[in-house]
Amino acid sequence: MRTLTFKRGIHPPDSKSYTDWSPIKILMPDKGLLMTIPLSQHIGAPCESLVKKGDRVLLGQKIADSSAAFSAPIHSSVSGTVTDIKPMLTPSGTMCNSIIIENDGLFEEHPSLGKDTSYASFSREKILEKIKEAGIVGLGGAGFPTHIKQNPPKEKKIDTIILNAAECEPYLTTDHRVLIEKTDRVIKGLEILLTLHPNAKGIIAVETNKPDAIAALTKSSEGNSKIEVVSVLTKYPQGSEKQMIDAVTGRQVPSGGLPADVGCIVDNVDTVLAIERAVAKDRPLMRRIVTLSGDAVKCPGNYQVRLGMSFKDFIEATGGFKEEPAKVIAGGPMMGVAVYSLDIPIIKTSSAILCFTEKAAVLPPENNCIRCGKCVEHCPMGLMPLELNSDIMADDMESFEKHHGLDCIECGSCSYICPAKRHLAQSIRTAKRNVMAMKKKK
Amino acid sequence: MENTKLIVSSTPHIRSKDSIQSIMRDVLIALTPAALMGIWYFGIKALLIIAISIASSIFFEAAFQKITKKSITITDLSAAVTGLLLAMNLPVEIPFWLPIVGAFFAIIVAKQLFGGLGQNFINPALAARAFLLASYPTPMTNFTSPTGLFANSDTVAKATSLADAVSNATPLSRLNEGAFIPEISDYIDALSGNIGGCIGETCAIALIIGGIYLLVRRVISWRIPVTYILTVFILSWFFGRTPLYELLIGGLMLGAFFMATDYSSSPVTPLGQLIMGFGCGVLTALIRSYGSYPEGVSYSILLMNLAVPLIDRYTKPKIFGEVKKNDK
Ligand code: SF4
Ligand code: SF4
Repeated sequence: MRTLTFKRGIHPPDSKSYTDWSPIKILMPDKGLLMTIPLSQHIGAPCESLVKKGDRVLLGQKIADSSAAFSAPIHSSVSGTVTDIKPMLTPSGTMCNSIIIENDGLFEEHPSLGKDTSYASFSREKILEKIKEAGIVGLGGAGFPTHIKQNPPKEKKIDTIILNAAECEPYLTTDHRVLIEKTDRVIKGLEILLTLHPNAKGIIAVETNKPDAIAALTKSSEGNSKIEVVSVLTKYPQGSEKQMIDAVTGRQVPSGGLPADVGCIVDNVDTVLAIERAVAKDRPLMRRIVTLSGDAVKCPGNYQVRLGMSFKDFIEATGGFKEEPAKVIAGGPMMGVAVYSLDIPIIKTSSAILCFTEKAAVLPPENNCIRCGKCVEHCPMGLMPLELNSDIMADDMESFEKHHGLDCIECGSCSYICPAKRHLAQSIRTAKRNVMAMKKKK
Repeated sequence: MENTKLIVSSTPHIRSKDSIQSIMRDVLIALTPAALMGIWYFGIKALLIIAISIASSIFFEAAFQKITKKSITITDLSAAVTGLLLAMNLPVEIPFWLPIVGAFFAIIVAKQLFGGLGQNFINPALAARAFLLASYPTPMTNFTSPTGLFANSDTVAKATSLADAVSNATPLSRLNEGAFIPEISDYIDALSGNIGGCIGETCAIALIIGGIYLLVRRVISWRIPVTYILTVFILSWFFGRTPLYELLIGGLMLGAFFMATDYSSSPVTPLGQLIMGFGCGVLTALIRSYGSYPEGVSYSILLMNLAVPLIDRYTKPKIFGEVKKNDK
């Protein structure tokens, strides 16, 4: 088998052995727990609530939707009563209007669920509609509505669907577990996607640190000549969309462009599983798989969790903390967000919750750049982070743009590798936001 | 489980273990074998010169930062590295005040006045060597042949006065005087350091071991040293000299692994580093072949140091996705 990769990048310790052995545990919220369901869990127009305070809702019932095309509806993950609709804190640190449901513990299903499962005869439009109605978005973290991604403009000829199973972020192991525990369903999900793009072939790209997953997928996809399993080098950020496409197809998404510009669509593992469930089983997105890890938790592992459960309730249900956490991260350690409260819900894009003790959480102080060139040597986008950083310190946004600051994918490789511990990625991200905001104003 | 205070910081939440201090410590470790061999060949006086040079470098760095009210960064060990490199670039037959002057020049003039570590565009140790060479040419070119660990100044003096021909004979000057064709024993002497020269530059094998250590620890990349050494090899061969022998002498290994790779004064871009190594190699070979001063390494590196900002500007890596010609 070929082992593919992209240029530059870094090799952080993968820290996956804490949880990669741990089978996915299904964790249902207790009766009486309050589920918090934000009305915006995706990129695009926020939803409007379809229910009101006091309503009884059923499991799988659509409780929020938007008339905008660029959006994704939201479903109740339990049955129970709407106790309130009010702004609540989300993992990204912003406030968002949220529906709060008290779980009645019955998990009574909405009658529409699981009715229409003859998916083999579905038309392309019907499949897209199913995906949309199931509220599926990119579960890897981006939250891009899947029905839009799978339906690019006609002039973009899609010839490659990449199932991104790199899982390059340290600590994260959900994709790995899904790949070996639900191999056939992942393949089925990919097959469904391939029916949307008859001219495309499917490529499943797995990092070399998951040989069991590679073996299982190869075996399971044997009969399908349109699906190929490839191994990609264990290197960060292998799972970044642009780097993944480059590694697998040798094509570079143009600066400012989208994967469809080079004929590719890249999908996350849990997303494909959700597509399989939506299309073949007629069930909407109500749960996701989360890695819980870090030195502060008692029972690290992979959990299938109902959306809307709070971080606090979730961690408590798994066994709680072993030591007091000093830092909690929603997502991976390279690109995840450090949260300041545990009273936030697990949403569609929450791939992991990492809890670190003081010892592991404290970052070293920043020093002056010593011009070692390591950031340049490792930036996967070919940027010169030290130069961007000095542009930013000189407040020269023109030069920042000229030096391609906007091409930064915020992967954090530069900050990781810098011996002077400069906050390179952080400064570049902030500058990007400012430049974009200025552009919008103009 | 009450809500405790959580640290909120920006991504990434993990950092590599490398720090400025760990890197400088690695450089010190890598220089140790060559320094020990220098002491072995040139005697206790070499040790004293090394100690004086390191101590005064650290002192000047701390004093400057204290006076200018900056935070004192001597614990990052960069001043110690400069001090050691300076000592290794000095001949043993110098008065004890000379390394102090050198350290002053290296730390204050070449490093701190330009803004400190990372801002200095020339290599401080080499700048100091060049300064000392220009100001005190006589002691700075008094290269004794190795006398052994327990030699005291008396025997060294005797050795020098007894055989002036030997005292100034670095292998390079002998090569340039012509009619010297190195034999197997000369190769062995050059590899093991049993030749005239500065304290730390003679033992090629110890320097190569140190260089490999730096490569393995990823403190330096192969680009500068390998292109530097290869270029010197090819050009010396082209000029009809003795290519292999030339690699082992004149401080080339010290220069290629430890001086030309100095972070502050070398390019940050991968392509730039190749150009740096190539440029140093060309200049060294030219100076050795045509210059009146046979030791070309220091001047080559210093000259290339001046070109670094320019090299960096024109060797930026290709931005991912910048070329929009994708096969559709
Ligand atoms: S500059 Fe941006 S793309 Fe490059 S390493 Fe840093 S965060 Fe990643
Ligand atoms: S990695 Fe850090 S110290 Fe090295 S050149 Fe980049 S910013 Fe400077």
